[in-house]
Amino acid sequence: MFGTTLVLALRSIARHKLRSFLTTLGIIIGVAAVVTMVTLGKATTAAVQKSIASLGTNILQVRPGQGFGRGGGGPRPPDFKREDVIAIREQIAGVKAVAAQAQSTATAIYEGANWSTTINGTTGDYFQVQPWPLAEGRYFTGPEEAAGKAVCILGNTVKTNLYPKGEAVGTRMRIGNISCDVIGVLSTRGQAGFGGDQDDVVIMPLKAVQRRFTGSTDVRLMLVGVDDAYQTSAVQSSIEDLLRERRKITGTKTDDFNIFDTKQISDTLTSSTTLLTGIVTAVAAISLIVGGIGIMNIMLVSVTERTREIGIRLAIGAVAREVLLQFLVEAIALSCLGGLIGLVVAQLAVLGLVGVMKVDWMFEPQINIVAFVISAVIGVVFGYFPARRAAALNPIDALRHE
Amino acid sequence: MASNGTIIRLRGVTKTYGEGATAFQALKGVDLDIDAGDFVAVMGPSGGGKSTTMNILGCLDVPTGGTFEFRGHHVETLDRDQRALLRRKYLGFVFQGFNLLARTSALENVELPLLYRGDAKKARHDTAMAALDKVGLANWWDHTPAELSGGQQQRVAIARAIVTNPDVLLADEPTGNLDSERSIEIMELLSGLNRDSGITVLMVTHEPDMAAFARTVVHFKDGLVERIEKQHRQGEAVA
Repeated sequence: MFGTTLVLALRSIARHKLRSFLTTLGIIIGVAAVVTMVTLGKATTAAVQKSIASLGTNILQVRPGQGFGRGGGGPRPPDFKREDVIAIREQIAGVKAVAAQAQSTATAIYEGANWSTTINGTTGDYFQVQPWPLAEGRYFTGPEEAAGKAVCILGNTVKTNLYPKGEAVGTRMRIGNISCDVIGVLSTRGQAGFGGDQDDVVIMPLKAVQRRFTGSTDVRLMLVGVDDAYQTSAVQSSIEDLLRERRKITGTKTDDFNIFDTKQISDTLTSSTTLLTGIVTAVAAISLIVGGIGIMNIMLVSVTERTREIGIRLAIGAVAREVLLQFLVEAIALSCLGGLIGLVVAQLAVLGLVGVMKVDWMFEPQINIVAFVISAVIGVVFGYFPARRAAALNPIDALRHE
Repeated sequence: MASNGTIIRLRGVTKTYGEGATAFQALKGVDLDIDAGDFVAVMGPSGGGKSTTMNILGCLDVPTGGTFEFRGHHVETLDRDQRALLRRKYLGFVFQGFNLLARTSALENVELPLLYRGDAKKARHDTAMAALDKVGLANWWDHTPAELSGGQQQRVAIARAIVTNPDVLLADEPTGNLDSERSIEIMELLSGLNRDSGITVLMVTHEPDMAAFARTVVHFKDGLVERIEKQHRQGEAVA
């Protein structure tokens, strides 16, 4: 009997293509929206995690100011002193290395090509705290670092823009008012989920940048590498105590610097992207339910419109159960069909949007299966009421229906 | 065609619609026997009770009182689905308005009762084609109702009614929507089926010309059988 019913339902769907399409439109949109949103949410989360992983693990970032960015008004909190760096390195247990950084921006010029970029002055510790392999060339040496020699290592973006075809290593380029020897090119790190292109940078010895660009021995940023054997949070609070003391912040006054645990940032960002994904998915899920109601509406209209047909079927000898099943199977077939089309639309949407959003493409089998099952369930739930109504019709009245 | 036993037996059948003051008694105690193989025309003024009787005979409705025996089953005791199964097995319906499924080929319309009977695809196709052949529309099997004339649509409806080899064919004013020429053709088809297949035909009609094809004419009036006439069928020699 089920086979017969399925044949009847599919015939009826095929006979009313436009009506069937309009009926399923809500489901198509709902499923497509849910699957697209969840997939993109996961892709974004993955991208965020990846870019945070590229910052390194067990790293504390120490900056002047509160929180990200400048924040609020008032005078800018002072940068760190060279002595602060030494104090952290020498006085706190569990600190593997401290990479002090001074930053500036300047335009780099080589043979008519010019490129405005960030100059990052740091020490050899930088590459120890946060491994960043070279594509070619070498890191700077101890003596170069100590002397503050004008040598530089280019990020990939800078290299591509200044040296469209030629070799970079071994050349001498101008950056700001000085000229410096290019000794290495870094491997590509890619887009950070937040904060732009990590490869758009020139790395020079700290002293060189301090002397020729920032004009002071102050340090803007410290990257503290924590030994795996130590709790990052414990090291974090030790650094906080030490810096409060050194910066003379007493009592209940708030810190004028902040320490970020990259893992903490990662967790925060992951949980906020997860939350956003959840909200957007909930909205999409509502559209799926609206789609289900759409099916119910059209099926109800269709029951009224097809009253005569139902009368004929009943007169011919269909039992109530068969009529119920026919309409139910029709509703389920429609919503499953809509679900399948929705899945296809979702894959296309994801394919199109990953490019725009600059995240990696991914296929999430789980959400596809869940969305499809939900669409089938919607067919059952919202198809049942119209189907029951059809089955309850009195054959005599149904046949007389105009 | 000799009568071979009573297939339908109504005794004291009443039918009341509504309740209390607005109650309307459509049938007031109908006694009627119909022999297997008979061709019966049911006539009478509107409101006389002929449609109600046909609904009961078609197992679409149940009497309020009295008994209705069909092939020995007491139909008044059966539930909705049991009556549906009786219809499926033993009854065929032809309506005034044809009542074919729209956008559905003649063949698929005729196959419909076989689908509910659970026939396999091949059997369904062959049986339906044979039924279409009987009504002279085998070449029109792939046409939808919109592509067929009124007379052809009614033939398809008759093919659908007889495709399961029912015992009884119920026709509710089958020529009501057709011109007289088409009407005669349909009546000849029905009486031919009655003669050749022995199918019992019950037909409601207003027109004496159509009733003339029947062997028995039952006249209804005011919810009762007024009189029953036996007549020689048109075109048949007087026995």
